[in-house]
Order: sequence, then structure tokens, then C-alpha cells
Amino acid sequence: MKEVRLHGRGGQGAVTSSELVASAAIEEGKFAQAFPSFGPERRGAPVAAFIRVSDAQIRTREKVYAPDIVVVLDPSLPGLVKVSQGMKEDGIVVLNTAFSIDEVRKRFGLNGKVALVDATKIAKEVLGLPITNTTMLGALLKATGIIGVDALSAALDRRFGKLSEKNKAAFRRAMEETVIYN
Amino acid sequence: MSKRVGVEVSIAVADAVKLARAEVISAYPITPQTHIVEHLSDVVANGELDAEYVPVESEHAAMSCCLGASAAGARTFTSSSSQGLSLMSEILYHPGPMRLPVVMVVANRALAAPISIWNDHNDIMVQRDIGWIQTFAENGQEAVDLLLHAYRVAEDPKVSLPFIVNIDGFTLSHVIEPIILPDQEDVDAYIPSFKPHVKLDPKKPVTMGPVGIPEVYTEAKVAHEMALRASKKVIIQGWKEFAGKFGRQYNPIETYRMDDAETVLVTMGSISETAMTAIDAMRDEGQKVGLLRIRLWRPFPGPEFRKAIGKTVKTLAVIDRTISTGASCGPVSAELRSILYKMPGRAPKIFGFVAGLGGRDVTVDTFREIVDKANLYAKKRPTDLYEVIGVREK
Repeated sequence: MKEVRLHGRGGQGAVTSSELVASAAIEEGKFAQAFPSFGPERRGAPVAAFIRVSDAQIRTREKVYAPDIVVVLDPSLPGLVKVSQGMKEDGIVVLNTAFSIDEVRKRFGLNGKVALVDATKIAKEVLGLPITNTTMLGALLKATGIIGVDALSAALDRRFGKLSEKNKAAFRRAMEETVIYN
Repeated sequence: MSKRVGVEVSIAVADAVKLARAEVISAYPITPQTHIVEHLSDVVANGELDAEYVPVESEHAAMSCCLGASAAGARTFTSSSSQGLSLMSEILYHPGPMRLPVVMVVANRALAAPISIWNDHNDIMVQRDIGWIQTFAENGQEAVDLLLHAYRVAEDPKVSLPFIVNIDGFTLSHVIEPIILPDQEDVDAYIPSFKPHVKLDPKKPVTMGPVGIPEVYTEAKVAHEMALRASKKVIIQGWKEFAGKFGRQYNPIETYRMDDAETVLVTMGSISETAMTAIDAMRDEGQKVGLLRIRLWRPFPGPEFRKAIGKTVKTLAVIDRTISTGASCGPVSAELRSILYKMPGRAPKIFGFVAGLGGRDVTVDTFREIVDKANLYAKKRPTDLYEVIGVREK
């Protein structure tokens, strides 16, 4: 079972991202859960959402405390929130940032495996908005292969209808531009 | 064809209401809410379900509307939570003795004060004695299945009683997970249309819900109580039919790894899944632990519970999801103490715990702590009849 924690700010679509991944995984025949960090949502405030993906039935309702994967949608969050909190030793942080790997390691103390992409730039150029959730799904797929590209594309089609093409373009570009550092 | 979908549990519940062909849906979406009635209002507005959707001015009115619609012979639905359920309280006592099969899903949550929108069982335990049939779901699939079962049983002419399916707020209601939605054809066969023996009809006037003078009030209450107790047969029958049609079997008391179990957890609702994972881990370490899950809460299946306790069981650790303030223990513990008091032979020791109040997470470690404490108290008597787990003291 893989456990994922997404960090974003209210309104950036962390919850939508978690839903897209879970529904894509279920569509692939796997078992999955997606749930928000329950609370009164406020636009702009730090929020978290969680995903579990497994080949077997998932029999737990705990929150995710020891994620295998952490996805950070907002570049300002690693300075505010300890995004690697509780992470498994071989876990990976997938980060939206314009910083270089050296700067990321120095500024945020992320010494383990990380995957970096400037998702805000991609989202602005492709979607015309700095909403990075679907873009960061491309980075998540590149870094972890947690679900297939086709399953995610289908989930985007179901969710966004006519708007899905742009979102698919954004996540494909993120897949190309994401760089993984061990 | 039934289909397996990845969907939020609340949406799946709404889809199940649609499959059940509810005819009158009345709701007042007070905070905290779920997507259940929100999605149903879409489904009705889009013409996918031929129902009257009645948005009202309060939860009190929502239940009143369902009561009236049910009396007029309609299949009804509403959903509520927390403070909203409390606001319904006055009307919740009516459909039972009036024998009206109103069906409701309660997404269980805490009550203020302090203000909370999070999950526990305080809201429904306040309504413990309303005289409805009540079941608890452990996951999204069960939420859908138990809702269909609710209509099958509530409207059975031998039962004719209101029915609540409890699903944990947030931990079930807001989670996306895989759920199999059955075929319309199979659902239609499982729950044929509602045929009340008597209904409000201007051409054939009847009186429903009149004053019960002292000469008849006791008898009316006893008749309701007898009907609720007798409904257990149909509840079990409804689950057998469900298994035959849909392949998933449900029981009033569900067991897990009870063979040779000595210390047994007792749970109700979605914490049962995490409890199973905890039992697996403790079994791997050689601990003789097992789990009893209460699915049918009202009428309480006392004989089934006693039967589910194997001969090897020495200690029961019962987990309540609310504090019964000022009482000797929580409502589930109290229920079990009273049925075990009469148990033939040697009843196991029973210890009450309260966990998961107002959204506090109930984890594998919570269950480990409870098992450890129950084992300790079996040797060294605790000072109190129950204990709240995980209270921070600084």
C-alpha cells in the first residue's frame, strides 16, 4: 500500500487532486481512499489531503501519519509547514518550486529523495492560472508511477469535461519537466 | 450490470436513494452537512429521479414533511447530522408508534459545546430511544447496502417502522473509495414499491397520531416496543435475501478472528475496519485477541451478542464513541453490561472505554492501548467503570 499526503492552500485543489488519483486507481481495478484533512476549509490557509492506493482492500480509517509520498502544491509551504513530517525513510517529496536542488536542500532541509518541478510556471503558461493541482499530478506520476497516465487522463475527462484538455496538457508537460534527485 | 466506482460515500448513498426510488425527499441542509441531500437535489432537478424534493425551513420541518409524506403512502428519505438531528428530535419520536417507515441516513457527528463538526456518536446516542430500527455501516459499500436493506425492512408489512442507517461523519461520509452500485433491476426486485396497509386518503378518512389518553398510552407504547423487537426477524431475513441477490452477507453481530480469542474488542461503525487491522497486527505477535462489531443497534440483538462470545473469551473491551455524562459508563457498555449480567455460566469481564470524540483519530495504536489496559484491568480492578482514552493532560 502506498500512502500519500498532499499539502496545498485552500482553493488550490489539493482535495480535487486526491480525488482524481483515488478514482483513477479504482478505475484501474485497485483499491484506494481519498479524504481531506477534515476541518472548516478557508481559502489560502494551509490544507492537507490524503490518498491510499493498494492492490488489496484497505482496512483502516486512520489519517496518514507515515506517508510514502508527499506532494506540495504551493512553493511557499515548505518554509511554513514541515512537509516531510513522519515520512517513511525511503519516501519522496514532490515539490512545486522554482528553486534549484541545492537551494531546496539548504532552505527546507529536505535531504532525502525529492522531485522538483516549477508547476506554477507551467500552470500559468498552460492553464492561464496559478492553480497547480492537475499540473502537480504529472509530477506525482513521473516521480512515483502510483497510477497510469491513461487512468489519470480518463479521471480528468470525467471531472473536467471540456476543460480537461488543458489540464492534461499541463500534467503532461509537468511529467516532462519533473526532475528526480536521490 | 452492477458497477464498481470510485466515489465519495455521500454521493454513493444519494445514488442508492435514487436506486431505491424514493418518492419524497425533504431536507434542510444545516451545517454540518454532507453531499447526500445536495446530490439528491441535483438528481431530482435533472429528472433522473421522479421524486418531490421539498426544501424546508428547518430539520424539524424536514422530519415533519417525511412523516406526512410517509403517512400519505410515499417512500421517503432525509439525512441529517449533529445539531440538525437534535433539532429533529421532537418529531423523531412520532413515526415509530405511528408505524411509518421513514428512512434516514445520519452522518454521525459530535454535539456542541464546544462547537464541533467532527465525527463521534453523540448525536445518535441522544436519539437512542426514539424507537427506530438502527444499523451502523463500517465502510461505503455497507452504507449503500444497508440503505437498500433499510427500505426492504422498514416497509415490510410485518415491520412498518422507521429506520436509521448510521454512517460516520467525515471518516465515511467524505471519503472516496471503491463502491459497487447494484443494478436498478435487482434493486427493484429487492425492494418493490411501498404498499402501506393504511394511508391518508381524503376518500377514506382515517386518524393518525391522535391523543393517547392514560387508558391507552401504555398499550400504544408497548405495542411499538413489541413491533420493534419483532422486527429483528425481518431484519435478518432482509440480510439473507440481500446476500442471495447481491452476494454480500450481513449479520446483527459481526465477528472477526474470534477463534480462541481471550481479549475481545467491541466496536460499532467505521472504527471497526481499523480495529481489524489492529487485531491482525496483535495476532501476528501471538496475542489472543478478537473483535465483535455491532451492526444492529436497535433492536439490540442480545441473544446474538451472547452467542458470539466464545467460551475462550475472558475480557471484553467495549468502545463507546460518546460520553454519557454522569452515567456509570457509555451507552454501548451499559447495554452490554446489562445483557451479560443475565448470561448463563460465567460472563466475561467487561471494561468500558471512550475513544474518538469530536474527530479525535482512532488508530491501530489506540486499539493496542485499549487491549493492554483491558488485560491489566482483568488482573487489577480499575477504579472507574470506564475510561476515556488519550486525554491530554498538558
